Amino acid sequence: MAGKDLERGKEAEGFEHQFETGLAVIPQDKISDPGLEPHRVRMTDKSPKHAKNAERQVAALFVLSVVGSFFALWAYVAFPITDDLSTVRANNLWLGLGMTLSLLGIGIGAVHWAKTLMPDFEVSEPRHQTRGSEDVRAAAVEIVKLADQESGFSRRKLIRRTMYGALALFPLPALVVFGDLGPVVGDSLRHTMWKKGTRLTKDPTGIPIKASDVTLGSVFHVIPEGLAEMHEHKLEEKAKAAVLLVRLNQEDLIEDEDKKSWSYDGIVAYSKICTHVGCPVALYEQHTHHLLCPCHQSTFDVTEHCKVVFGPAARPLPQLPISVDAEGYLIAQSDFLEPVGPSFWER
Amino acid sequence: MSLRRRLNGSRRSPLAATIVIAAGLLFSGGGFAVATSVVEANVALPYTEDQIAEGKKLFLSNCASCHGLNSEGTEAGPSLIGVGAASVDFQVGTGRMPGQASGPQLAKKPVQFTDEQIELMAAYVASLAPGPAIPEAKYLEATGDATHGGELFRINCAMCHNAVGAGGALTEGKYAPVLKGVSAKHVYEAMVTGPQNMPVFNDSNLTPTDKQDIITYLAYVDANESAGGYALASLGPVAEGLFIWIFGLGGIIAITVWLAAKSN
Repeated sequence: MAGKDLERGKEAEGFEHQFETGLAVIPQDKISDPGLEPHRVRMTDKSPKHAKNAERQVAALFVLSVVGSFFALWAYVAFPITDDLSTVRANNLWLGLGMTLSLLGIGIGAVHWAKTLMPDFEVSEPRHQTRGSEDVRAAAVEIVKLADQESGFSRRKLIRRTMYGALALFPLPALVVFGDLGPVVGDSLRHTMWKKGTRLTKDPTGIPIKASDVTLGSVFHVIPEGLAEMHEHKLEEKAKAAVLLVRLNQEDLIEDEDKKSWSYDGIVAYSKICTHVGCPVALYEQHTHHLLCPCHQSTFDVTEHCKVVFGPAARPLPQLPISVDAEGYLIAQSDFLEPVGPSFWER
Repeated sequence: MSLRRRLNGSRRSPLAATIVIAAGLLFSGGGFAVATSVVEANVALPYTEDQIAEGKKLFLSNCASCHGLNSEGTEAGPSLIGVGAASVDFQVGTGRMPGQASGPQLAKKPVQFTDEQIELMAAYVASLAPGPAIPEAKYLEATGDATHGGELFRINCAMCHNAVGAGGALTEGKYAPVLKGVSAKHVYEAMVTGPQNMPVFNDSNLTPTDKQDIITYLAYVDANESAGGYALASLGPVAEGLFIWIFGLGGIIAITVWLAAKSN
């Protein structure tokens, strides 16, 4: 006993000198091979009655699958999809249930069969060496040498070099063609359809909005004039140009000096595209004057140039400077003065 | 000679200018009077003096403690001058008023007054100043264009109330209520009055026909089950995700355990 303790003490001393252990747990012995568990004989191997039962269960599962298949066929005919969209529901439900039974019956039956009735013994298959034997390796080198000799790859320099050139250049046409696959972004992220004099119109009708239409506490969902009539790239333009129009009491607005002219008589217009990841921010609370983004709960204060008061958005919503034309319709003074939507590289 | 006399300004009767001005005033003023009388005809109160007086009594005994003896508003409740009959009908008709307790939002609860009493109070509040009236019955029938109504609903309402009106959360305990089962009249009144934190959707934003289309859409959604199977309260990805994480993944784990377990 005493001798053993002494040995352990020496071992510990040795460790201390070799490296700083800190809080690490030093394994005292390597994991030993646990070997195979002792074989346990299954009930189905011990008693023919259990085996017979298992056989019946597997067969029942396969019969269930057959029933499911027929049920799916019947359901497809019995619950047709008509012009009435609500018929989709019954059709999908019963057809799907039938097909589920049909497939699940086969799967569960097969696994149950294998687990209860097929031969039950443990097999241990040791992994072979990754490295090939010397003979195999020598044979491989022989093959490469022979190929080089027969093809003349090393000998014929002209062929070799032209082939390198050809291989290096063949991806070029593909690269050029791939480059043309999508539109070049260019400065399209910095501009929207809004420009000086564009009327503010209602989404989706495109009817222009008079300043007098916007009563206190009102919210208008706004698109630029001309967008409603567009056919091509309508959604791309709408995704950038959507605007929310709100009227507040003039005295509730706390405006920066240089942006005082951007509102008209308490009416303010802000980009509807969240500066976080671009969801439409449109949940406006009339009394708190907060605009809430439904995706990640970024909250913007409409009274103070839509500064962020809560949530992950990093920048206020861009404001659209507005004014009225001679007929009393609301118009944009210019495009947004900063890119709308989420932050992007080099913005 | 008569021609010369007419062309000669100095010979014009001194009364001419007065007559022209008078005629102009009469014409424009008369036109204005006709125009405003048309507008007033719309606003004209359909309530009798008696109703207004009765309504005031109800108001004084039930509402004045918060809204002030003259409806001018106090710290506990806003002014009711100009909110119109529609506001009263909505707030009292859905049980939100009289309020139970102050908090982020007043909830719908059992209605505290009879229809007749609500009408009397609406009469009194409407008599204070012009405001949104109780909507005409013809706009409350669900016979409009449900497709157009659905588009308008998705643009103007769905961000708070959910695409099928299942409601949703707002900031600091406020919420947009569920619209299923809300009467067409109350839906209309909510749009024109903007109760609590809901914005106002006046008639130039959503015309009465637009509002009827929205009511039609809501009625359609109420009457037709979701085509995509069990809707899980239509709450969207949260409810659906929770379901599939628990039952879908749970099922896969159970099958994996069964596959790997040794047979008994």
